[in-house]
Amino acid sequence: MAETHSLQDIRQQASVAAKVFIQRDYTNGTMCQFQTKFPSELESRIDKQQFEETLRMLNNLYAEAEKLGGQSYVEGCLACLTAYTIFLCMETHYEKVLKKIAKYIQEQNDKIYAPRGLLLTDPIERGLRVVEITIFEDRSTGSGR
Amino acid sequence: MYNIWHIRSVPDINMSAVMVPKKVTRKWEKLPGKNTFCCDGRVMMARQKGVFYLTLFLIIGTCSLFFAFECPYLGVHLSPAIPVFAVVLFLFVMAVLLRTSFSDPGVLPRALPDEAAFIEMEIEAAIGSVPAGQRPPPRIRNVQINNQIVKLKYCYTCKIFRPPRASHCSICDNCVDRFDHHCPWVGNCVGKRNYRYFYLFTLSLSLLTVYIFTFDIVHVVLRSLESDFVTTIKETPGTVLEVLICFFTLWSVVGLTGFHTYLITLNQTTNEDIKGSWTGKNRVQNPYSHRNVIKNCCEVLCGPAYPSVLDRRGVMTEETPAVPQEPEAKSAPPPQTTRTTAPLIPNEHTPDDTKTKLAAAPEEEEKPHLPQDTPLPPLDTSAGPRPDPQSPQ
Repeated sequence: MAETHSLQDIRQQASVAAKVFIQRDYTNGTMCQFQTKFPSELESRIDKQQFEETLRMLNNLYAEAEKLGGQSYVEGCLACLTAYTIFLCMETHYEKVLKKIAKYIQEQNDKIYAPRGLLLTDPIERGLRVVEITIFEDRSTGSGR
Repeated sequence: MYNIWHIRSVPDINMSAVMVPKKVTRKWEKLPGKNTFCCDGRVMMARQKGVFYLTLFLIIGTCSLFFAFECPYLGVHLSPAIPVFAVVLFLFVMAVLLRTSFSDPGVLPRALPDEAAFIEMEIEAAIGSVPAGQRPPPRIRNVQINNQIVKLKYCYTCKIFRPPRASHCSICDNCVDRFDHHCPWVGNCVGKRNYRYFYLFTLSLSLLTVYIFTFDIVHVVLRSLESDFVTTIKETPGTVLEVLICFFTLWSVVGLTGFHTYLITLNQTTNEDIKGSWTGKNRVQNPYSHRNVIKNCCEVLCGPAYPSVLDRRGVMTEETPAVPQEPEAKSAPPPQTTRTTAPLIPNEHTPDDTKTKLAAAPEEEEKPHLPQDTPLPPLDTSAGPRPDPQSPQ
């Protein structure tokens, strides 16, 4: 899935110590945004700045996906004119951004989180409800088998 | 199975060369909730589809009569544009109806065990200790949305705190995002993902009904000018039936369209309207409304097309965590109202009776129609090995 070889190895070598769930932030409405508050369980594992940066980027990407602007209106009207059959062959703007998000999460996992024994799960796999962070036991170095 | 037998009887054939095609299990087969799935997970509907078939029958039936009796005459004597436009309108009604009925309304997947346990821990930490014999306080989370306090309720079935505007549909046994109502006429819930298709369906059906009704009258009048009224009726018996159906449909569907137009301008859902969430002096004002009619309409009708977060067509692997199936789910507290007329929102709160009657009346006679002989279009196009979000319908 959203794992590279080294991640796969970590998962097989290390066991899960804990899971942290970052909840949704509804202060601006029902838009998909996540709370950027740094959970205490991650204090020993990762920089607060780094973590907040990741979440802020994620929030920006989701805001881009759900933006009400010219593009979404054009897409909506065009789709309506074709009785929404156009969605059978065309990818929506939201889906394109979701792919970007998946890539971003994979990148972050590879570069930053996996070396620290952490794993970010794409929120789409949890119904866009939470960002699940798996904390692995700190015993393997995460290198390949 | 026969093929495996065959291999066993020939000892030198490698046992790993299995000739039986392995059936993949897709995630929709293991989804909790009371939905039915077709086309290998591409189509998602409620369990009871009887009323939906009735809707289909009524629409197709009436339109067939129109095309058979009125269109030939009108096309020749008035204009060929008349039947052409009728066909276009009919196809549009079908397309949006299919989309409403077959798509995922915005179902929220249930919490996996880890997440559920985490939330429980948080709840217990927040409540503290409850003295023995006392009921624990209701599980509510207060959030501030656009400077208003909104209470999020905990769903005992799905084990999540419901996002704002989400509600649990007892008919489908799912939490649905921006839940509007469960519509038996389309055989599905109406929620965030398919509300605009539902609205367009009621709107286009209203137009179609008015159109057929008007041209039926025109046709009868024109024909009666040539011959007399009784002969006309004898020549085109279908007209009488059409006029009757259209007449009764008009009131309900047009009324429903008007009601939903009103809701859209206020950016409210039927659920909120019935519960009176934003009315009354002591209640909060609707925090989701842009306070601008045009902006509200644009958001609801032309907003981004949300993807389905319910991965139906993903392949189940051994690693895929399964949601624990509870044989006896502790569902949300108060009893649902099952109305004999139209179960508009069988939901946790007892809706205000008068309001329900008002909403139920137009709902009752709304007719979703579908051509049964039209092959079901594959609405989801999820590609790739990874469980991608599917295209919204």
